[in-house]
Amino acid sequence: MANLIVVAVATLIVASCGSASDVAQIQVSAASSLSDVFADLEVAFEDANPGTDVVLNLGGSSLLREQILAGAPIDVFASAGMEIMEEVEAAGLTEGEIDVFAVNHIEIAVPPGNPAGIVGLEDFDRDDLFLGLCAAEVPCGRLALQSFRVAGVNPTPDTNEPNVRSLLTKIEAGELDAGVVYATDVIAGEVDGIAIPSDVLSSSNYPVGRIVGSPNPTGAADFIAFMFTDEGTRILLSHGFQSP
Amino acid sequence: MIEPRRHVRRRPPLGVLVLAIVAVVFFLLPLVGLLARTPWGDLGSLLASDVVVDALVISLVASVAAVVLSALLGVPLAWLLARVAFTGRAFVRGLVLLPLVLPPIVGGAALLFALGRRGVIGEPLYEATGLVLPFSIWGVIIAVTFVSMPFLVITVEAALLNVDTRYEGAAASLGASRWTVFRRVTLPMIGPSLLAGFVLTWARAIGEFGATVAFAGNLQGTTQTLPLAVFVSLESDRDTAIAISLILVAISLTVLIGLRDRWLTR
Repeated sequence: MANLIVVAVATLIVASCGSASDVAQIQVSAASSLSDVFADLEVAFEDANPGTDVVLNLGGSSLLREQILAGAPIDVFASAGMEIMEEVEAAGLTEGEIDVFAVNHIEIAVPPGNPAGIVGLEDFDRDDLFLGLCAAEVPCGRLALQSFRVAGVNPTPDTNEPNVRSLLTKIEAGELDAGVVYATDVIAGEVDGIAIPSDVLSSSNYPVGRIVGSPNPTGAADFIAFMFTDEGTRILLSHGFQSP
Repeated sequence: MIEPRRHVRRRPPLGVLVLAIVAVVFFLLPLVGLLARTPWGDLGSLLASDVVVDALVISLVASVAAVVLSALLGVPLAWLLARVAFTGRAFVRGLVLLPLVLPPIVGGAALLFALGRRGVIGEPLYEATGLVLPFSIWGVIIAVTFVSMPFLVITVEAALLNVDTRYEGAAASLGASRWTVFRRVTLPMIGPSLLAGFVLTWARAIGEFGATVAFAGNLQGTTQTLPLAVFVSLESDRDTAIAISLILVAISLTVLIGLRDRWLTR
């Protein structure tokens, strides 16, 4: 029943997004954290390929996975983290290769001007500062703890935020002196970033793949190829992602 | 001829009965869903974990504090709204409803911008006293009170408006002071509504999530209430999330049913 609803909703979304017969649509499901960068990729791809229409279906990776498992007519799937894509692959629903197109590093975010003079991860065990992390249950928290482990620092956060967005808000407001977020959040938010040294850095991979039963397999392959061109790479980098 | 009393029809009208049953089922369904997914075998160990115990303590402290604060501030406000026709009364009435209308997460963010360490009020407060409200139990209490106090104000104001003021007038004319009138005449008449208001306020406070996480943050043993613990564990471990939800339901039902039987049935 739940699957039926997912399919119905996904079909509705897909069906409602334009239906001009001379325009070749490409249905792209992308993780929420890719919203900004895929909006730019869509524009650039459509400019380079007149007569195509990229339709973005944005949402949490696990929701997008459910839609695909339930048979939604999707051409391209880009997820945050490998696990979700591997589950779709294990279900036999990916076509051809899965490619990692971007990497998102974690980074220390501080309020503009870094009023507390944060230097690096080693500041995160100080009691005189207000420090935040993502909760250990969510990916950005897991990645941060991984880096602290390698760096030999025992962090004493004042809050473990349930998601990266609420952590970023508290840093932007200056309520927290520092927090560990994604590099892309530092670009998107009104904060300053402090890079984490590469020997203790943790990061998340973003894979992309074609979906079995894709209504427009050629368009799907073209769009994925475009993501790996110089133009596509430039757009990814401008949003704070790294090349794999 | 007068009908014997035992022949009075006691069965409710069928239509009312059917609709009421639909309402009961509607409230019951989520509980059934929760119980169906409960990992009964591991429940004991899940509930004995220090995450759950810590969150339970924070939740109880904060929700009781919210009721006390609401009584202290909300009852005088309700009296003022019901008894004094001051300019701006409509505005204040709207203001009281604001926490109900605002998404709690927005309310919490607004509290942060006002009372946070860099907030409009919070910054001078911090510089004068060194007091920081977010990331502490005080932050939880403030967030929870903000969201739950309207229930007390609205309930008590409505009750005061229904009280026949002639009784108060009579008491006053017999020489009772205003405080005595309130204590001996008004309070007994609004008693049931006051208690209903306390119950609603407490119930809203114990389930509060959005304003708490936005204003006070989430740290086990300091600011993590039961709803916050549920939300965070939902990301990774559904069994723990369901187990915590279950105690939330259990203590809420125990308190609410207990209070209703003791005070609200008349």
